[in-house]
Amino acid sequence: MSDTAPPAAPAPSRAAMKKELPERFKAYKNVWVMVELERGQAHPVSWELMGEGRKLADKLGVELAAVVVGAPGAGTREAVAEGFVYGADLAYLVENPILAEYRNEPYTKTLTDLVDTYKPEILLLGATNLGRDLAGSVATTLLTGLTADCTELAVDADKSLAATRPTFGGSLLCTIYTLNTRPQMATIRPRVMPTPARQDGRTGRVVEHAVDLKEESIVTKVLSFLPDRASHKLNLAFADVVVAGGLGLQGAENLQLVRALADVLGGEWGCSRPCVQKGWAPAERQIGQTGKTIRPKLYIAAGISGAIQHRVGVEGADLILAVNTDRNAPILDFAHFAVATDAIRFLPALTEAFRARISAHTSDRLAG
Amino acid sequence: MHFVVCIKQVPDSAQIRVHPVTNTIMRQGVPTIINPYDLFALETALRLRDEQGGEVTVLTMGPPSAEDALRKALTFGADRAVLLTDRFFAGSDTLATSYALAQAIRKIGETWGAPDIVFAGKQTIDGDTAQVGPGIARRLGLNQLTYISKIAGLDAAARTIDLERRAEGGVQVLRSALPCLVTMLEGSAEIRRGAFADALRAARAEIVTWSAVAAGIEDPQKCGLRGSPTVVKRVFAPTPRADKAKAIEPKPRAKETAEDLIVALFEAKPALADDLERLAAGL
Repeated sequence: MSDTAPPAAPAPSRAAMKKELPERFKAYKNVWVMVELERGQAHPVSWELMGEGRKLADKLGVELAAVVVGAPGAGTREAVAEGFVYGADLAYLVENPILAEYRNEPYTKTLTDLVDTYKPEILLLGATNLGRDLAGSVATTLLTGLTADCTELAVDADKSLAATRPTFGGSLLCTIYTLNTRPQMATIRPRVMPTPARQDGRTGRVVEHAVDLKEESIVTKVLSFLPDRASHKLNLAFADVVVAGGLGLQGAENLQLVRALADVLGGEWGCSRPCVQKGWAPAERQIGQTGKTIRPKLYIAAGISGAIQHRVGVEGADLILAVNTDRNAPILDFAHFAVATDAIRFLPALTEAFRARISAHTSDRLAG
Repeated sequence: MHFVVCIKQVPDSAQIRVHPVTNTIMRQGVPTIINPYDLFALETALRLRDEQGGEVTVLTMGPPSAEDALRKALTFGADRAVLLTDRFFAGSDTLATSYALAQAIRKIGETWGAPDIVFAGKQTIDGDTAQVGPGIARRLGLNQLTYISKIAGLDAAARTIDLERRAEGGVQVLRSALPCLVTMLEGSAEIRRGAFADALRAARAEIVTWSAVAAGIEDPQKCGLRGSPTVVKRVFAPTPRADKAKAIEPKPRAKETAEDLIVALFEAKPALADDLERLAAGL
């Protein structure tokens, strides 16, 4: 039993321990971004991470590397070129037909092999299904620290990574260090960071690396890939206008009002977490810390109180409008405009007013 | 077949409040629940057991009060519950947690037969990391199958499993082999209501309770704060924006309020009118 165990040391003294980096990790240098490549397409989160990685690398005075892994000819070279355009100084490229479709086993082997060979001090991945699956097993293999879903990355005075993330469903933020191991790993969700400006013509060095993979030793096989039907493809994370509903709508049927407004505005619709938990809408429509992060030009939140876990998913919006009867709802702390009225009554009027306004604007233009 | 389901007792986050002065979570009076994502894992395991025969063992690591979550899992029909509890585990990050749980799963295997599938939810609602499942898989050398929306087939003789995995832009149809670790997506199964007989059994059931030593953990350096490569430097509340939302006062007719609002929005962001026109035209 543990009754004789000494009490756990308090956190501050633990944080102070991080300076004693073991000798074997002192050679670890550079910032890496894992470029997420699936079926020839690089996930946009890779470039968002590149922007963040660039800032870290500049502060540390080190190089930024894009890690590109995939089947030969399946968008790998294009991803390397894009990596440079978005700020990478060099690229590690592993091409192998076995890496055509994402599978945990060969990808974990490839990424851990790269880390062991070229020794990065910071490794960033997207907090997507691929990135989280891979980061979790790579960090465990390397026995290093991994901080999930960071919303802010900074370099401390002692040059270590300070990774800030929401915790307890977004009620609080915490800043996390990786103590005495390297690399310091972090995942960041899509759309949390802005896409950096392209620097066309920018280029860098490519380090090609071969990893010994054998198909017969990989257990999991991809039998087929069923692409989402176009009508089911959800553009919520990248939409310019998003209208979302919360419990203030009082019933699943009133989400129709949200959809109608989104349609008029040519946008996407979503909802808060409690709506998904009540079964009013499917999980892919959820906006917030555990759902989608959005960065639209206009975000309209109807009947959403604005718990912090919702806030962290929408703060990147240019303009936030809250429709909520409660004048003290937390959403008023981060919305730009608020109407203290019942969303169920107000949304149809707003939809009509926008429809009239947009068509008037359009006909003015045509007349002019 | 032996199915082990990892669950976690979490505070019902809808009711979490943060102390305004100390920035600490006010846990008093906040009810605890089984992490909602874990229920889909449990349901999937119970269905496979009902079809294929075998046993479902639920496992959790936590304080002694986490027994409530295990008893709840027994009311759904799990056969056995194991609580891993020890002060050694306090302050564990995901790497240390995956070590302790992996050791406990080894011990479960030695005691009641090696698990064919270890299940977990896709993530918890308090930590939200989705890292412990992959950590366990890696430590136990299990085939790692995350974000599974459906188990399409399980061939006990061939020891193969067919699954559908949620990926970017579509679904991967996979064939893998036992033993494996599966994390289930939400909505992947309708959660059963526990049978009355199971509720009675759960109330009286013995919860197998293991300390670190009992679970076969000989190296406390790998547990708790000592075994955690990450450390929390600072916990703080998000800073409020300096300016509160500008209120548009409701008028008696919603139409007038809406018109006032649109004028205000377009004044604040002059480019918005053109953007909306373009979007509405589907450009």
